[in-house]
Amino acid sequence: MNLRRLWAIMQKEVRQLRRDRITLAMIMVMPIVQLVLFGYAINLNLRGLDAAIVDQAQTSDSRALVMDMLATDVIRPVATARTPQGLIDLIRRGRINVGVVIPPDFEARKQDGRAVAQVLVDGSDATVAAAAAQLAQTPVDSRLPDLHAPYASTPPVPRIVVTSFYNPERRSAVNIVPGLIGVILTMTMVLFTAIAIVRERERGNMELLIAMPLSRSELMLGKVVPYVLIGLVQTTVILVLGRWLFDVPIRGSLLDVYLAALLLIASNLTLGLLISSRAQSQFQAMQMTFFIFLPSILLSGFMFPFSGMPRAAQWIAELLPLTHFLRLIRGIMLRNASLLDLWGDALALVVFTTVMMTAAILRFRKRLD
Amino acid sequence: MSETPAIRVRGLSKRFGQLLAVDHVDLDVPRGRVYGFLGPNGSGKSTTIRMLCGLLTPSDGEIEVLGLRVPQQAEALRRRIGYMTQSFSLFADLTVGENLEFIAEILGVPRERKRARIAELMERYRLADRRKQLAGTMSGGQKQRLALACAVMHEPELLFLDEPTSAVDPESRREFWEALFELTDAGTTLLVSTHLMDEAERCHRLAILDRGRLVADGTPGALTSALGGRTWLVESDNPRRAQHALVEAPGVLGVAQVGHALRLLAADGQGEDWAAAVEQRLHGAGLSALLRSATPNLEDVFVAATRSVGPGGAA
Repeated sequence: MNLRRLWAIMQKEVRQLRRDRITLAMIMVMPIVQLVLFGYAINLNLRGLDAAIVDQAQTSDSRALVMDMLATDVIRPVATARTPQGLIDLIRRGRINVGVVIPPDFEARKQDGRAVAQVLVDGSDATVAAAAAQLAQTPVDSRLPDLHAPYASTPPVPRIVVTSFYNPERRSAVNIVPGLIGVILTMTMVLFTAIAIVRERERGNMELLIAMPLSRSELMLGKVVPYVLIGLVQTTVILVLGRWLFDVPIRGSLLDVYLAALLLIASNLTLGLLISSRAQSQFQAMQMTFFIFLPSILLSGFMFPFSGMPRAAQWIAELLPLTHFLRLIRGIMLRNASLLDLWGDALALVVFTTVMMTAAILRFRKRLD
Repeated sequence: MSETPAIRVRGLSKRFGQLLAVDHVDLDVPRGRVYGFLGPNGSGKSTTIRMLCGLLTPSDGEIEVLGLRVPQQAEALRRRIGYMTQSFSLFADLTVGENLEFIAEILGVPRERKRARIAELMERYRLADRRKQLAGTMSGGQKQRLALACAVMHEPELLFLDEPTSAVDPESRREFWEALFELTDAGTTLLVSTHLMDEAERCHRLAILDRGRLVADGTPGALTSALGGRTWLVESDNPRRAQHALVEAPGVLGVAQVGHALRLLAADGQGEDWAAAVEQRLHGAGLSALLRSATPNLEDVFVAATRSVGPGGAA
C-alpha cells in the first residue's frame, strides 16, 4: 500500500465527481426529497414483539393475565427482569420492544377497578407502539366478562396502561427519519461504488489502470474513500432537516450517530465494490444494486416491522447491513443508547465490511481475461 | 547483439473458447529498435501485446520481457514498460494537466522532478496550450499525443503501442512517427502494431501475423527483396475483367487493382514462362494484356506470407 498512489486515485475520483454535475445534484437532492416523502407516512400492526414480563404479584389471576397476553401472539418473552427498572434498561439496550409490569398490588387494583398492569413500549418504533395498544385490550379476567356490566353505559376504565417511552406522541416521523439515513445511504453508497469500477471498464480506462503499477487494494480503497465523505454529508443533511422539519431529537451522542453512519457507509461501499467486480456493465451493476436495495427496505425493519416477519425472512434480514444500522441509529438517536450498548449490531457491520472488502479485492483481477 | 533481446517469446498461444487467437508464436525483439507487428484486424496483434504486458494470461508458451518472466513478474515489469492502448484510455473528464499529473503520481515520478517532467512532456508533444482542456474534447491527434506523453512519463525501456495511429490523420501520423524515432534515439525499444503498410515500412524489423500465426519475420528490406521477380504489373484495357480471369489462374497468389493496372503476385518459382502463360490466358479471354516486372512492396509480402501458409491457400 503506497499512500501517494492511494491519494492520486482519490484525487482523481473527486475531480471526476466534481465535473459530474447531475450526480452531485442527486447526492444533495435525493435525501431532501426522500425525507419529505417518507416523513409523513407509514404505520402498521404487528405480532411477535420481543418482550419481557415482570409479574410482581404472582397470583393465579396475574399469571392468567400473562398467559392471556402471550396467547394473543403480540408479544413473545425473550428476556427476564425482576423490576420495572430492569425492563426499561432492556428496552434501552434494544433487547426487547415491550415490557409488561404487573405490580404487587394487582389483586387490590383489580377490586378497585384501577389499572392492573402497565405495558412499557419502545416508542422509537411506531409500529411497536401501535401493537402494544392492542395488547392493552386484553381482558383482565376472561372468566368474568360481565364484571363491569352495570357500568356498561360509561366508558370502561382502562385496566392496562400503555406507557410509550422515547416517542410519547407516537409520531412516525421520529422513527422514520433515523431509518431514512440508512435507506438513503444504502441506495446511494452501494450504487456509487457498484458503478465505479464498471464505469472504468466501459470507458476503456481499466486497461490503462491495470497496466499501471497499482495494487488492487490501492485502486479499491482509493475509489471508496471519497464516497465516505459524501455519505457523511448526506447524513448531516438528513439530521439537520429532520430536526428542522420534523423535530426529530438526537438523544444519544452525536459522535455515536456519525460512527454508526460510518459503519453503514463502509458496509455499503464495500458491497458496491463487490458488485462492481462482478458486473459487466453499469446497467448490470444497477440491477444488482436494486436486487440488494429492495430487500433492505422491506426486510430491515424500515418499512415493515422486523418482529412481524417469519423466521426465515428475519435470518435474511440479519445479513443486510441496513437491519443492523436501523437498530443502532434508533437506539442512539431515540433511546439515548450508546454504541457500546448495541455492540452486537456494530460488530455485525464491521464484519460485513471486512468480508465484502476482502471478497472484492480478491475477486478483482489485474488481468483482462 | 551482446545484450539479451528486449522480448523473447517461445510457443506463445492464447485460446478464447474455441478460437485460437494466438497460435504458437516465437519472437525475438532486439533492443533500441522499432519492431512492427503487421497484420489485419483479428490477426492476434493486440492479444499478443496484452500478453507481453501481462494483461492477459497466455494459454501456453513462455514470455521473457526485459529479462523478466511474464505473467509471473508482470508487476515488476510495469515500472519499466509503457503501454499505449489501442483506444484512448485516459480520463476524458480530466484535463490534460490532471491526466499527466495522475499518471506521474501512479508511476512514482519523484516529487521534485514531477513538475519539470510534465512541463517537458507538454512542450515536446505540443500540449502546453491544452493544459486546462478536458481530454475528452480534444482531436484524435491531440489525444494520441497525450497518450504517448503518459506512456513515456517514467522513461520506460520498452514501449508497446497498439495501433497508435488508427484514429489520426496522415499529417499527425507523420509527426507521431518522428516522435517515435526520437524515442529510439534515446535508446527505447518500441513495439508497434499496425495494419497500415506505410507504417510497417518505417519499422526496423517486422513480424507479420495472420490468424494468430507468425507468418513472416525480418527487416522490411529483406522481406520485400525475398519476393524479387514474383511481382508484376498487368496493363489491360479492362482491368476488372482481367482480374476475374486471373484470380483462378495457376500460380497466382494475389491480384489487386491499382488504378488502371493490376498488381499480380506469383507463387514461388514462377518465371518468365509463367508471365507469358498469363498473357496468353488473358488474350484467350479476349483481353489485351502486357506484363511488366514490378518492385515488391510489403503488401506483396503480406499476401505472399498469408496465402502460402493459410489453410485455404491457393498454392
